[in-house]
Amino acid sequence: MSVRRPPGTLAAAALIARKDLAIEFRTRSAFLAALTFSLIAIVIFFFAWDATAVGAVDLAPGVLWVIFTFSGLLGLHRSFGVEEADRAIDALLASPVDREAVFLGKALANLAFVLGVQAVAIPAVALFYNLPLTRVIAPLAGIAVLAAIGLVSVGTLFSAMASNTRLAELLLPVLALPFFVPIVLPAAQSTARLLSGRPVVEAMSWLRILIAFDIVFVVACALAFPFTLED
Amino acid sequence: MTSSNRIADRDRFDWLLAAAVVAMVATFARVIYFTPIEARQGAAQKIFYLHAPSAFIGLYVGFGLVALAGALYLWLRDERLDRIAASSAEVGVVFTTVVLLTGPMWGKPIWGTWWTWDARLTLTLFIWFVFVGYLILRGAIEDPATRARYSAVLGVLGALLVPFIHLSVYLFRTLHPMPILLKPGRPSLPSDMLATFAMSFISLSLLFVALLRARYRLAETRDALEAEDSADVSSVASLHAQPVR
Amino acid sequence: MPLAAELAAPNAPTAIEAIGLMRSFGRRVAIRDLTFQIRDGECLALFGPNGAGKTTLLRVLAGLLRPTRGTARVAGVDLPGGADARAVVGLISHQTMLYAALTALENVEFSARLYGVPDPRAAAVRALDRMRLAERADSPVRSLSRGMQQRVSIARAIVHDPRVVLLDEPYTGLDEGGASALSDALQSSRSAGAALVLVTHHLSEGLALATHTAIMRDGLFVQYEARGTLGVDAYRDLYRDAVAR
Repeated sequence: MSVRRPPGTLAAAALIARKDLAIEFRTRSAFLAALTFSLIAIVIFFFAWDATAVGAVDLAPGVLWVIFTFSGLLGLHRSFGVEEADRAIDALLASPVDREAVFLGKALANLAFVLGVQAVAIPAVALFYNLPLTRVIAPLAGIAVLAAIGLVSVGTLFSAMASNTRLAELLLPVLALPFFVPIVLPAAQSTARLLSGRPVVEAMSWLRILIAFDIVFVVACALAFPFTLED
Repeated sequence: MTSSNRIADRDRFDWLLAAAVVAMVATFARVIYFTPIEARQGAAQKIFYLHAPSAFIGLYVGFGLVALAGALYLWLRDERLDRIAASSAEVGVVFTTVVLLTGPMWGKPIWGTWWTWDARLTLTLFIWFVFVGYLILRGAIEDPATRARYSAVLGVLGALLVPFIHLSVYLFRTLHPMPILLKPGRPSLPSDMLATFAMSFISLSLLFVALLRARYRLAETRDALEAEDSADVSSVASLHAQPVR
Repeated sequence: MPLAAELAAPNAPTAIEAIGLMRSFGRRVAIRDLTFQIRDGECLALFGPNGAGKTTLLRVLAGLLRPTRGTARVAGVDLPGGADARAVVGLISHQTMLYAALTALENVEFSARLYGVPDPRAAAVRALDRMRLAERADSPVRSLSRGMQQRVSIARAIVHDPRVVLLDEPYTGLDEGGASALSDALQSSRSAGAALVLVTHHLSEGLALATHTAIMRDGLFVQYEARGTLGVDAYRDLYRDAVAR
């Protein structure tokens, strides 16, 4: 029996996140699906809403954040599916790492996934709608990170629950979408203000809601996660 | 053992529910025949007597109970708390559906639109979505303990969502001018209308409690019958198994 | 066929202990009242019909479920003992608990890191070697046969040299080569002082490793004693009687 020290919470979370990303990188299918979905959706929205009749700057924020929501949902499914398949989750829970680390690790992997998709989707929207992206890229990236944090906290928790039920794929959107509204609305409103050239400070009142949401729900979901595990 | 008592309970006349129904009928009569018609909004305004109390009861009492019973369940793990939460969700979703249906019915003749992003109506819509998600979640889980835990988590998170919906709607409406809604403020109602409102509120509360209790008893009976089924099977077997140390 | 494995030294420390252990799921009682003790170097072979509670017992000892009542201790730590108790336990079941997309080596190395094993890669290579799977270390698990996957799963469970090894029907899916690799690995673990709980339907394999045997039925041990010198056939009769009563 060798002397050893099991990893602490953050180290364990990093370990689990790396493992999840390694699995995703190996197959890449979920990432490619989410990416393809985003691009196709952008095209469909572009043709469905005539950007000559209404300003592109008015349409683009809505399109961007709606696609963000639904492509995010696509990515969240795989998070616990891979643990359920051969009950790998049992090995994880039987190990010395604590439950918060499992949540944090999976949320971090989901965050990387969502931000990866956004890194392609945002420029794609800018391209289609002729947006002055270079001007606003920094604050827009900031909004994307804040929105992704909120989406991933709620989404990771609900996908842990949904993976244990009969209607997994259908249940996740039904449960999660009401919770995504306080993310999408501030994100879209601040993006609209940024794109119209208004100063960042005007978007601050919306961003405050988003930041508050992130703080409250990261904590609440991390605390709620152990209750989704059988005890 | 206890199931025969429970079945007898079910057959016994539900006085509370009967009283609630009588109160509702009396209230309707009063609203339609004995309450004056409001000057600016006309007869359609009377929907308010159904709409406003249902909103309060469905949202704050109904959903509040779901969240509170859920939180207590996570702490105490008493299955009765889960039954209260589930019953409150089912009755609450009925009340909030009524709110969502009467809102447009009231709005169309008065404001000319079926829907408006009024703060309370929007909040009701979101809580309705959470209620429906809650009930679908419960329907998708077989194991009672898992079902109770997951529902409780959803209930508590839903309660946390409420202030954010409030904030979002408030900010949205401040920055986007919307039609000013004419609504009778409650304190300034003339005494006739106030009395009707009070009566409506009381009978709807009575109805909520009666339905909640009836639904709770149904859940209790069903759980008791299921437990007896499994107890029968294992008690015969355990007669033969002697513990060995 | 070797008969009983030698008993461990009588004053070896206690690795696993249960006193009046009970575990229920709502109203269904899976473990009724268990009291037993397993010392370092001992192996308890646990037999019993399906639904007896054997898997539940292993899950409680592994820290996946908490006791409803009574006491369970692993390596001196009362359960649920958190990280301290889980760190010394290895769990093997008929589910492989592997990630199909990763290689055998990656799976075992991940497990080694979770337990804080120093030099995790080398430990993983050693563990795969013990299970005679060194040449397939870099194959994705999904490309391995069921028997080989089970061997990887065993390597995953013992990579951290656990003091307690819990095995739930580990011989499922193993061919002769795999079964002998497993038995060898378990024998050497036992000699190194590990305590084993082996749930199996394979009487001969179970008895070959066991220092103690137990038959579980409806959450209780209906037979529990040191292995003695009973042959497989005699034990089979004993089992049939115990279960049929």
